[in-house]
Amino acid sequence: MSKDNQVLEELTSKEYEHGWTTDIETDSAPKGLNEDIIRFISAKKNEPAWLLEWRMKAYQQWTKMKEPTWANVKFPEINYQDVIYYSAPKQKVTPKNLEDVDPELIKTFEKLGISLTEQKRLTGIAVDAVIDSVSVATTFKETLGELGIIFCSFSEAVQKHPDLVKKYMGSVVPVNDNYFSALNSAVFTDGSFCYIPKGVRCPMELSTYFRINAANTGQFERTLIVADEGSYVSYLEGCTAPQRDENQLHAAVVEIYAMKDATVKYSTVQNWYPGNKEGKGGIYNFVTKRGLCYGDSSKISWTQVETGSAITWKYPSCILRGDNSMGEFYSVAVTNNYQQADTGTKMIHIGKNTKSRIVSKGISAGHSQNSYRGQVHIMKRAEGARNFSQCDSLLMGDQCGAHTFPYIDVENNTARIEHEATTSKIGEDQIFYCLQRGIDEESAVALIVNGYAKEVLNQLPMEFAVEAQKLLALTLEGSVG
Amino acid sequence: MLTIKNLQAKIGEKQILNGINLEVKPGEVHAIMGPNGSGKSTLASVLAGREEYEVTGGEVSFEGKDLLEMAPEDRAREGVFLAFQYPVEIPGVSTINFMKTAVNQIRGYRGQPTLDAVSFLGLMKEKMKLVEIDQALLNRALNEGFSGGEKKRNEIFQMAMLEPKLAILDETDSGLDIDALKIVSNGVNKLRNKSNAVIVVTHYQRLLDYIVPDFVHVLYKGKIVKSGTKELALELEAKGYDWIKEEVSVL
Ligand SMILES: Nc1ncnc2c1ncn2[C@@H]1O[C@H](COP(=O)(O)OP(=O)(O)O)[C@@H](O)[C@H]1O
Ligand SMILES: [Mg+2]
Repeated sequence: MSKDNQVLEELTSKEYEHGWTTDIETDSAPKGLNEDIIRFISAKKNEPAWLLEWRMKAYQQWTKMKEPTWANVKFPEINYQDVIYYSAPKQKVTPKNLEDVDPELIKTFEKLGISLTEQKRLTGIAVDAVIDSVSVATTFKETLGELGIIFCSFSEAVQKHPDLVKKYMGSVVPVNDNYFSALNSAVFTDGSFCYIPKGVRCPMELSTYFRINAANTGQFERTLIVADEGSYVSYLEGCTAPQRDENQLHAAVVEIYAMKDATVKYSTVQNWYPGNKEGKGGIYNFVTKRGLCYGDSSKISWTQVETGSAITWKYPSCILRGDNSMGEFYSVAVTNNYQQADTGTKMIHIGKNTKSRIVSKGISAGHSQNSYRGQVHIMKRAEGARNFSQCDSLLMGDQCGAHTFPYIDVENNTARIEHEATTSKIGEDQIFYCLQRGIDEESAVALIVNGYAKEVLNQLPMEFAVEAQKLLALTLEGSVG
Repeated sequence: MLTIKNLQAKIGEKQILNGINLEVKPGEVHAIMGPNGSGKSTLASVLAGREEYEVTGGEVSFEGKDLLEMAPEDRAREGVFLAFQYPVEIPGVSTINFMKTAVNQIRGYRGQPTLDAVSFLGLMKEKMKLVEIDQALLNRALNEGFSGGEKKRNEIFQMAMLEPKLAILDETDSGLDIDALKIVSNGVNKLRNKSNAVIVVTHYQRLLDYIVPDFVHVLYKGKIVKSGTKELALELEAKGYDWIKEEVSVL
């Protein structure tokens, strides 16, 4: 066995840090999916009739659809009847403010480094904290309210802002867009809602933190962000889950609607439980994220750092409808052990002089498979459209795979499209150079990988960038190739 | 400081070092010369701890410790520095960031506290002056797109930052024009003192006009076949290596 392989075999990657569970009583639906379960969820949430109807339609459509098979991932068949579709931490009263929230839950988030109580003083980030199926707390609501910004759980938005929800939900990701979006539309339980009024620049980062806690439970949340004319918001999303031997399903939908001159930046650091070193357990992450640049000169920028999940199936996309609108996708996807990631983006150019930029950095280690899948579509009307794509792959060791599937459709010959792709390996030479300067091997890998991903990490808000750097290092710990 | 006894090493099935003996004392400069492929870089790599090379015999002690037992990063932390013949590129990592990591890991090993940003910057400015290097270069990704001369100068900057006890310069002069050569040699000379030592590996005697060696050794086929003072370097320059090869074949 070569030395490279030996080091890889020794792969003592640090155990997943957030694998613990919180011992809290939950209020759950029985396993399985049928119309009664959907009625149960809708009733639990005290929903208006139109929403139950919407769910039922989605369910009907889902039953006629098939799980997609085109992604470069392999997994045993999912038994959708073996999943719990609703699980909520039992709270004695419905919390009106933080003082009413169960201290166990506050502790749970504190353990994750997210302080709901001290949030106000410490970081200047507003947080919506979601456990399993429901949002448990949203901070900073009042401050934001003064600017007319609505930031609350999806359930609350349904109650308090039904017109906005009704108008925009499903307008970017139609119910029947794909198998998982239909499933989500039928059974979604909570998520975040955000509306930024005309001309308002949101003064702080908004963030949702998702935590799956209960066993055998799927998490199906929806996030809807509506940015009115000339507004700006930067949005963060983080997630973790306990370490469990069985796979757990996460099928979310995120919709962003940007009007004229609005800018939305959406950043994710995805750290779902990836399964153990032999590939047992872990989250199946099947997520539909899409932004609509509806108005002229609007801009939507996706940044994602994907380190967790057993399987990632995710293509944050932009529909560039408005003239001069712009879409960006910056991604670092790391896979180690037996993780599989099939991720990328779609940039659909409809308006004139629309621009898109794609920077994808894949890092594969262990026995993992890492695929970039991207589509750039320039439609007939998109006079003067431009796209730049850069897709790099970094391999660590020789047991893993990196794949690139770029699709380009051009229907307007004034389009300018550039595509660059590279594949490289972390060299023994680079590692030795670091060692010779007194830097240990783990730090050397962290340094090299962070250097490689720098262009993407630079897009993240400061606090998140630091967390992301540590996470990259942690995911790859020990896997020198 | 450094004692090498009968050191032998191979790579794959190929035996490269065939019994090297060398004694380096604090304050000394040793030059190692020899034709291409004689094993100069191999010797440097073995001392620095590169794992591809298998030591098949002999011993090396550094400051009384068994150097060959130490992990490469620990050798560096104990004060062994190698200026590489071919410094590698590390995209996205600036020299500054690289050095900050190195300095602090070495300090940690020695039980010293981490340098804060201000002190680090101060140290850096001082060393930049010493080797006449521009900060713009240090902000760029390490060695990426550097000219040959810039790479070598950057190596000496790193040496200045880490203040090693023993510096091994592997063909640091190759690829340098005369001005750059002077700057680099100047830097090395300024870093010399009574308690550190330098081994310069070179092909050409011109470097030795600037970094004046106490001893010159000729390495040939993995063995030191001749040692002398700086006059030996001049003799090699005048006569080439053929006479040495002949001497060896007679033996
Ligand atoms: N990685 C390697 N694999 C095989 N042979 C090598 C390797 N590295 C060096 N050698 C061989 O070892 C000998 C000594 O090389 P080197 O130490 O680089 O010489 P020098 O630095 O004196 O020019 C040469 O014959 C070279 O081809
Ligand atoms: Mg050499």
